[in-house]
Amino acid sequence: MDGFLAFTVGRIVPSLNIGLWTSLALIIPSSLLGVAIGVSVGTLRVYGARPLARVLNGYVALFRGTPLVVQLYFWYFALPNIAIGDFRCILSPMWASIIGFALCSGAYQSEYIRGGLLSIKRGQLRAAQALGLTPLQTITSVVLPQAFRRALPGCGNEIIYLIKYSSLASIITVNDLTGMGRSLAKSTFRNTEVFLVVGVYYLLLVTIATLFLRWLEKRMALPGFAGKK
Amino acid sequence: MDNPAILRVENIVKNIGGHRILDDVSLAIDKGHLKVLIGPSGAGKSTLLSCINFLAPPDAGDIYLDGRKINGKSRKELLALRQHVGMIFQDFNLFDHLTAMENVRVALIKVKGLGKAAATKRAMEELDRVGLSDRATQYPAQLSGGQKQRVSVARALAMDPKVLLLDEPTSALDPELIGEVLAVIRDMADAGMTMLMATHQISFSASLADEFLFMEAGHIVERGSPAKLLARDSGSRTQAFCAKLSELSAAASCEVTS
Repeated sequence: MDGFLAFTVGRIVPSLNIGLWTSLALIIPSSLLGVAIGVSVGTLRVYGARPLARVLNGYVALFRGTPLVVQLYFWYFALPNIAIGDFRCILSPMWASIIGFALCSGAYQSEYIRGGLLSIKRGQLRAAQALGLTPLQTITSVVLPQAFRRALPGCGNEIIYLIKYSSLASIITVNDLTGMGRSLAKSTFRNTEVFLVVGVYYLLLVTIATLFLRWLEKRMALPGFAGKK
Repeated sequence: MDNPAILRVENIVKNIGGHRILDDVSLAIDKGHLKVLIGPSGAGKSTLLSCINFLAPPDAGDIYLDGRKINGKSRKELLALRQHVGMIFQDFNLFDHLTAMENVRVALIKVKGLGKAAATKRAMEELDRVGLSDRATQYPAQLSGGQKQRVSVARALAMDPKVLLLDEPTSALDPELIGEVLAVIRDMADAGMTMLMATHQISFSASLADEFLFMEAGHIVERGSPAKLLARDSGSRTQAFCAKLSELSAAASCEVTS
């Protein structure tokens, strides 16, 4: 038992800490970008012109309908082979991962946002119009505050999923938590210890995110909005 | 000579989904008067009210507010129109994420441009006027139907409208709650608010209204003073409709079989 602890602290933790920074460098930009994409795409799918909405529906269908692994392989391995004229897009492993995660997460986020927007009763929009609010004022003062609260549980869940599926970056050579864990296990042959600790790291990240999400939901709760999802 | 009619509606035509909902409807309301739209469901009462503030733009016809014709294509004119024409909905349509006071206040800040302190003060005054100042910090989910409708009245009145449109304000309320809303409407009538109300509360409005307008299938088929139309031997459609309504709501024991 002592040997395990010494090995863990002495060898595993320092390596995984490096991986942790990389994972955070993936998770944070991807989730922020994913939410931004989700909010814009979701809003346009509900309020935008029909042709644009149809195109965006197609984007969502594509990115929800294909495995994330395949999408990552595409961005990292396939994209450099596609030449438009003389222009080739070669993405580093980190950027391929971030773009892949953001686009995939964004598609799911847009569904939650869309659900939140559609859940606003039309009567409130008529009342806002009758009071003389402009369409923009209606969206910012009436629709978004309510849609955000309705969409929050779903969007928060999606970010928690992202923390976990960020581990897929290791498949396209990124040395994140999982990637570091895998090379460490390969070189030390201590698979059990290594992957136990990797699991604990992810568990900690997810737990912190979940607690933050609960706190946020509580802060934003209003009578009549609790338990609606 | 100045035409005293504050609201004039002329030859309104509205088609929805291929059906002619309003067919050449005209009416005029003088300042301080209350006119009541009565009629069976589907007659076009709600649609007519929606056309007046262009929530449902009419396909033909004109609306005049204070003698000025409203240009339905101009966004600026529509926004100005809606500041002067308030609307009360059957389903209240309060903003669920705002307290009662915030509901009344939001348009004062966003549309009239009042500062927060001034808007809050005015909002509390209006809530007080409808008897709900003790409920100012409660959310719509915590209010009864009657209270919600009173908040929506406060919200509309805070904008100082010239005309108030009421679309069946008590139809969605439990019978015990209707009284409190009717009291608020009576107060507004006594205070001289110009109102056009669609309702099934015929006996209530008979005492307050200056004119009844009976609508059926998109036309105003009858108009006149309540006393004249509801007279027992008038033979009017209004009287027949009213009799049918009171017959339906009467207790079964009133049905006499010979």
